[in-house]
Amino acid sequence: MDNLLWIFISTLLVNNFVLAYFLGLCPFLGVSGQLETSFRLGLATTFVLVITALCAWVLNTYVLIYAPYLRLISFIVVIASTVQFIEMSIKKLSPNLFKSLGIFLPLITTNCAILGLAIFATNRGYDLVEGLTFALGAGAGFTLAMVLMAGIREETEINNVPALIRGTAFNLIIAGVLSMAFMGFAGLFSST
Amino acid sequence: MATDTTAYEEMIKGLWRDNPVFVQVLGMCPMLAVTNSAINAIVMGLATFFVLVGSSFLVSSFKQWIPKQVRISLYIIIIATFVTVVDYSLLAMLPAIHKELGAFIPLIVANCMILGRQEAFASKHNVKYAVMDAVGMSGGFMIALFALGSVREILGVGALFGVDLFGANFEPWVIMILPPGGFLTLGLLLLFFNWFTERRRQFLDKVADAERAAVTGVDKNG
Repeated sequence: MDNLLWIFISTLLVNNFVLAYFLGLCPFLGVSGQLETSFRLGLATTFVLVITALCAWVLNTYVLIYAPYLRLISFIVVIASTVQFIEMSIKKLSPNLFKSLGIFLPLITTNCAILGLAIFATNRGYDLVEGLTFALGAGAGFTLAMVLMAGIREETEINNVPALIRGTAFNLIIAGVLSMAFMGFAGLFSST
Repeated sequence: MATDTTAYEEMIKGLWRDNPVFVQVLGMCPMLAVTNSAINAIVMGLATFFVLVGSSFLVSSFKQWIPKQVRISLYIIIIATFVTVVDYSLLAMLPAIHKELGAFIPLIVANCMILGRQEAFASKHNVKYAVMDAVGMSGGFMIALFALGSVREILGVGALFGVDLFGANFEPWVIMILPPGGFLTLGLLLLFFNWFTERRRQFLDKVADAERAAVTGVDKNG
């Protein structure tokens, strides 16, 4: 139990996927304009991450022990098709849920956070429960970073920022400051 | 001869005018994660170079036979094959660096710059242009990686390629080799790039204005 809690908190705060591992930067810099959208994108990403952890575990346990060199290709193909399949079933079963989360799903499938999660979980040898916890922590961390970033960006919209720095350069500098703030969490575990 | 000049131009444009990192802001994830030292940046740049040139070559050679509906999946599988090759070769040849780059070698697959070039360029042009474009784009990517990696290593460790630069009195800025340093350095580099482009545009505008003034002046006289 302690181990699971440790995995969750560590991926949520200390080793945040966006701010410490630079995974999923495209949506982080591109779609973080509005608070509402960012939150929904974060939820959709968490959902895909959990599916990814499941797929990665199944592949690692039953397929890749026989053919380790197929790891990358099989991860991509299986994750992409599973997400596609789930997207279609959500569309059929619950149009409301699809309307709020579904539009993001194809966008997320090619995100490096997804593949990164699968590879990290494999390299660290997580079992199914640990992998799912890892995915939940990563998703929550991603949502947290997205929401913080969107909040700051909405605030700075009305501020007087020089035209030259507006855009990606400014977002990166905000991200740098956020990342510095998150480094403070690194002390969370050293005392225990 | 004329075709040679355009192929050359396709290559050159990736280095500066359409630089994948500074202008198109693509491929951020490997860009920031592995550039805490110059040597890591160069190995990552070479790996990307191999993957991009290889997959551009394959995609443009097979473009007649790739069905339109499944093209993206096929591109990804081609890219993933090259990345697997790079991953295993680095593990065999440079195990120390492979260990340091870790999960970020397989993540080259998710670099949107590579898929972007296949979709936007290699699938529409012949092999020669596609390869030239790939060389230019990955060259530009490598320049950006090297710029970021060397700035971060010089400030963060006080060394370049592991060679001490400033002597014992230099207090390294540890923050530069940690994640925040990556964000801040890239932000400032982009800012510098914007500033430079803006200055150049203003200068060109001024030249154009002066020329127009000269022309209208002549007209008045005439």
